[in-house]
Amino acid sequence: MDAVIDNLPTFLSAFGGTLQLLALSGIGALVLGVIIAAMRISPVASLRAFATVYTEVLRNTPLTLALFFCATLLPYLQFNPGYFPLAVIGLTAYTSPFVAEAVRSGINGVPIGQAEAARSIGLPFGQVLLVIVLPQAVRMVIPPLINVLIALTKNTSVAGAFFVFELFAAGRTLANARGDAVIPILLGVAFFYLLVTVPLGLIAGRIEKKVAVLR
Amino acid sequence: MTISVLYDAPGPVARRRSAMTSVVGAVILIALTAWLISTLAAERTTAAGAVLPGLFDSSRWDIFADPVVWQSLGRGALNTLAMAAVAAVLALAIGVLFSFGRTARSRWIRFPVAVLLEFFRGMPVLLMMLFVLLVFSTGTYWAGVTALAVYNGAIIGEALRAGIRSLPAGQREAGLAIGLHPIRTRLIIEFPQAFRQMLPIIIAQLVVLLKDTSLAYIVGYSELLRTGQNLTNFFGNRYNFSFFFIVLAMYLVMNLILSWVARIVSRRTASRTRPAVVDATVTGPTGGRATAGKGSATPD
Amino acid sequence: MRRRSTRWTIATAAVAALALSACADTGSSTPEPEVVEDAQFEPGTTMAALADAGTITIGTKFDQPLFGLAGPGGVPVGFDVEIGKIIAAELGIAPEDIRWVETVSANREPFIQNGEVDIVIATYTINDTRKEVISFAGPYYEAGQDLLVPAGNPDGITGPEDLADKVVCTVTGSTSEVNIREYATADVLTTDTYTNCLEPLRTGAAQVLTTDNVILAGLADQTDGEFEVVGNPFTAEPYGIGLALDDTEFRNWINDVLEAAYADGRWVAAWEGTAGAVLETPQPPAVDRY
Repeated sequence: MDAVIDNLPTFLSAFGGTLQLLALSGIGALVLGVIIAAMRISPVASLRAFATVYTEVLRNTPLTLALFFCATLLPYLQFNPGYFPLAVIGLTAYTSPFVAEAVRSGINGVPIGQAEAARSIGLPFGQVLLVIVLPQAVRMVIPPLINVLIALTKNTSVAGAFFVFELFAAGRTLANARGDAVIPILLGVAFFYLLVTVPLGLIAGRIEKKVAVLR
Repeated sequence: MTISVLYDAPGPVARRRSAMTSVVGAVILIALTAWLISTLAAERTTAAGAVLPGLFDSSRWDIFADPVVWQSLGRGALNTLAMAAVAAVLALAIGVLFSFGRTARSRWIRFPVAVLLEFFRGMPVLLMMLFVLLVFSTGTYWAGVTALAVYNGAIIGEALRAGIRSLPAGQREAGLAIGLHPIRTRLIIEFPQAFRQMLPIIIAQLVVLLKDTSLAYIVGYSELLRTGQNLTNFFGNRYNFSFFFIVLAMYLVMNLILSWVARIVSRRTASRTRPAVVDATVTGPTGGRATAGKGSATPD
Repeated sequence: MRRRSTRWTIATAAVAALALSACADTGSSTPEPEVVEDAQFEPGTTMAALADAGTITIGTKFDQPLFGLAGPGGVPVGFDVEIGKIIAAELGIAPEDIRWVETVSANREPFIQNGEVDIVIATYTINDTRKEVISFAGPYYEAGQDLLVPAGNPDGITGPEDLADKVVCTVTGSTSEVNIREYATADVLTTDTYTNCLEPLRTGAAQVLTTDNVILAGLADQTDGEFEVVGNPFTAEPYGIGLALDDTEFRNWINDVLEAAYADGRWVAAWEGTAGAVLETPQPPAVDRY
């Protein structure tokens, strides 16, 4: 245990890196995901096609390869804002299709009569979606979205392999330096991840119960 | 023809606007692709002034004429599938156990299972693989399989639980009313329905599992991605991006085939699941029931 | 172009003959060590068990040019591999009866501890915390941490003291990372493989790659003269052979084998056939019988 306590400052600053990755790419993925979801159900065929291809390609690409693309091929293309932003871009892009699918499943859950009623009073697509359907979908979308965020929290660990300082990379460095205390250090790393994911899971469960009652 | 209930059938103006958007979008995409290809094909000058051949230069691709390279990549792909297949079977089994534990009547079962579930859901797969390898001395293959099975089992378990909960209460009551034991009711009445309802999500999670085998590089299992990296090291760094594109394409093919199967399965079961705003026809039955719960695939 | 074509030949040959012992780069081959016919060991020792089994499992790197590098045939080649063959031969085990297992930095100790491998020869630096969980024979080579820079050394870097405003790239959790953090640098980028570090050097996101000189030599060799090693090692990294903790008989025996190989030229032959293609032949280090 002393191996963890001795290295607490390293753990904390690495945890900070993980939280930053999580916050920035989480927000990015939510925004991008909602846009992709809207494109997938929009009246314009080309937007639907684009969103479908985007979703299919990214959902079927291993995260390691997605991050490799961002960390090496984007700088190759003269786009080089630094490795932290590149990792955020990679995580955002990778997570957004999952957000889009969660949002879509939420929209699916809104009773069909709602949309029909909205259209029958003459609302166009944008308003049907924004004013009537999405607000109702949000309730049901939140639990799966939180699950997506939980997965994102853990996925930030892969970014450590691509020049970013975060919890898992720091854990490996410490574990290597202390060959005699590998297990406590890894448990310490796990603890910090659970510090984020367990509360998120509990919130998801709470909201899910409420939604179940409201339904 | 399927028309979404979210908007009217497009009239002439909307159709024209839609067509214009399509044309503009296509032009932008084509321009972007052309720029990408020409940039990658052009010679590259590094920060230190060295000039490297473009990515499509034949010197970067010549080794792929050798069947030995493909045999090696094929072996890597087989290793990936070997890990994914066993992990998938175990994940399903663990998922079933978890869903039973989580819906058990006794709080003494329900609560510990919930804690365990949260724990496994919250641990990065990378960390779990390393942990299993170091603590249980399982060897690389089983470290990868165990971590993938436990994590995905937790997700599948939650999906199944959401499926069981979304069934009408009458199903269970009917089972009990004809004198079935609660466990038998769950096994032969509730569970098959929940499983069928959640099948698309479960299969989507299996795609995630297949992709995640690439994380086994952390324990040194020679799956597809690692095989590609080792080949890069052997043939020289010049082939770095070549192997990246080839390995990416191989993953996409494997995963898209699995996704395609998933889509066929979900379409087959679609008639049994609820109608939805997006997918339903205008004349479809109304009164959809949401299953948004915890049951969606996660991007890990 | 010459180099690539020889690599080609080697790649093909490696599949044709699994026991090929040739350098991936030059094609110059090391003569196979002579396998000792019915080697005799005291019953109950690890040596006796291995000799009876007629096979040995050796963990090595599969991605380390010059030391342990697996081609498309899956059989690794390099100096570490040659050392393994010398030891196996003394046990009466032919090279084709050796089972090679890929070890990465994270799994070397666990593999030894749980018996997944009999020994590990994998550019494995001897250090004290590792000695608490496993034992080391050797060292059989002494490397030193050095710097890799673009060819021509545009920043005129001669040693770690010149890195004050430079970004340095290395592998997460490596000894090199710990060492380089003691020097003033603008930043240290860490990643999973040394190959990954080459791209930041090309884009200018980093100026220097640091790790053991022999690994750098391998990288310089496989990038067609795009990079060069500064050639001023600033640490000592003795490479040892990892084996089960406190198997003193086995450790002493391996040390004897190493010393014999130093004396009769097998060690030099192994070097010249592999890493010697790029690096000068060093003096063998004295084994450490702790």
